[in-house]
Amino acid sequence: MITKIAWRNIWFKPLNTLLSIILLTASVAIITLLILLQNQFEKKFNSNIDGIDLVLGAQGSPLQLILSSVYQVDAPTGNINYTEAKKWMDHPFVETAIPLAFGDNYRGFRIVGTTPDYLKKYDAKIQQGKIFSTNFEVVIGSAVAEKMKLKIGDTFFGSHGDSEEGEVHKDHAYKVVGISAETGKVVDNLILCNIQSVWAMHDHDHAEGEEHSHDEHEHHEAAGEVHNHDEHDHDHENEEAHNHTEEIQISEEGKEITAVLIKMKNKPALLSWQFMIPMNTKMQAASPGKEINRLFGLFGIGLQALQYLAYGIMLISGISIFIALYNTLKERKYEFALLRVNGASRFQLLALVLIESLLLCITGFLFGTIVGRIALVLISGSSEEEFKMSFNPLEFVWEKEGYLFLLTIFVGILAAVIPAVKAYSLNISKTLANA
Amino acid sequence: MISTRNIQFSYGKGTEFNFPDITAQRGETLLITGGSGKGKTTLLHLLGGLLKPQSGEIRIEDTNLPTLSDKKLDRFRGQNIGLVLQQSYFVESLSVEENVVLASWLATGRQAVQKARQLLEQLGLKDQMHKLPSQLSIGQQQRASIARALINEPKLLLADEPTSSLDDENAFIVADMLSGLAKQYGTALVIVTHDQRLKDRFSNQITLS
Repeated sequence: MITKIAWRNIWFKPLNTLLSIILLTASVAIITLLILLQNQFEKKFNSNIDGIDLVLGAQGSPLQLILSSVYQVDAPTGNINYTEAKKWMDHPFVETAIPLAFGDNYRGFRIVGTTPDYLKKYDAKIQQGKIFSTNFEVVIGSAVAEKMKLKIGDTFFGSHGDSEEGEVHKDHAYKVVGISAETGKVVDNLILCNIQSVWAMHDHDHAEGEEHSHDEHEHHEAAGEVHNHDEHDHDHENEEAHNHTEEIQISEEGKEITAVLIKMKNKPALLSWQFMIPMNTKMQAASPGKEINRLFGLFGIGLQALQYLAYGIMLISGISIFIALYNTLKERKYEFALLRVNGASRFQLLALVLIESLLLCITGFLFGTIVGRIALVLISGSSEEEFKMSFNPLEFVWEKEGYLFLLTIFVGILAAVIPAVKAYSLNISKTLANA
Repeated sequence: MISTRNIQFSYGKGTEFNFPDITAQRGETLLITGGSGKGKTTLLHLLGGLLKPQSGEIRIEDTNLPTLSDKKLDRFRGQNIGLVLQQSYFVESLSVEENVVLASWLATGRQAVQKARQLLEQLGLKDQMHKLPSQLSIGQQQRASIARALINEPKLLLADEPTSSLDDENAFIVADMLSGLAKQYGTALVIVTHDQRLKDRFSNQITLS
């Protein structure tokens, strides 16, 4: 009954109530969004670097190397010589080494040349079909299959580089031979084939030339510019003839790949390799854990600022509830005196004011968690488009959201304390006598 | 019935009241009159248990009010004393009917919905039951507050200037209702007033001086 009166009371002054609830909703929504984003972001980032100790790639920004080769979001730093990389891959300290070769995309989904180990690393089981075995056979991730409506046996042409608008390689079609199960990791959004396919696809364009011509090429690719292959077509035709047929194995000699994901047997060598490799070769070895921590550190500042903003809004909403309760107390003191005359105890009046405040807070909290999740769906939509990274709005981070709920309740109690105590200690006789 | 003996009350410096003893039987109406500053409202609050006297007895049936603890007094007041004030106050967000029902819930823990409707009907507020108190006229509000005061069939009904803000017609309607209902429910009725119209209407009077 007290709760019913409280509920009716808060809606008797709808504008005051609306203001308080909107403020609370805004702050709870922002904090909920941050909690969910941070949690899912970190989970996604960390699950993808599981089992990768080092990434071998062309020199440049180590963060870019990690982002491009582990998370498939940034442009690659460049290419590395396969023979040179092989020396490190076969090193006794290395447990597994997975080579990656980027070249093309299909409607924005990257086509990555690699080995079946890559699927194993992400625990991606083949749901339908089989693993790629010969050139131009591909295994597609679950998200690719779903969005591009590709089935086993379908064929498609890749476009050069990172962007959908790249030149289409009409010479060879890729053929879907397998679809991998959903993992929630990057592999869901990739098209995987063997490395030879990537080499064969690009071989006719630029057979082994001088190193710098490749560098140039990679540079363009990294910048996302459309590359005109036809120009090169005749430049190097005399050099080491290359077959356009995919059946013939292509020699590894002088070939290039983009990066190698390395898991070390000998962990202490990790640190020394990070120094040794860039000193002795044209490559670098980046540690994904280190780079990701650096990245989190960078936007951690932004997240923190948002968080402070949200807590600031919550403080304001607390003050708004306080002012609303305090202001109406003056008009309501007769109402309170009357309730006392009718037999209400002091404690019931205290409870009435507290419950009014708590109802506002709980309503605000509920709206906030919903609005926060709607915002996450919107963000997820755009991040899915841009980075192939989606967030689950239905996930609950019980611990942190629980704390947020307690904080909201605390704000509600704090805002109501003074008005509630005033209601509690109301002098009925004096109030009614001065009426 | 209600009876008092030797009530003394003081607000502190200077003002000290010694009230004459009063008695009102069940169904009886007692009018307390007197000029302003003579302690009419103070006496009413003392009778209603809103104030505690420095000394003296206030007996409602077998209970001596000043001996009750605060908590017990709240309960006793809710169940046994009805109060009608010069100006009516309501929980603004609740309808007239809900306000009356609320009084029964606060006193007994039960919601006497049927009884509230019956009382309101008897007081001519059948069509006003579901309106908000602020939508009623002053006279209607006064009648609604009488319904609220009577919902728990109190042993004592106190009225503080119940007619002073009403016109002649309404003043007599309210006065008749109060004394009629007091008889019907066997309630002792004490009215504090300086309203001449009521002085002519009720014979049983005590004047404070």
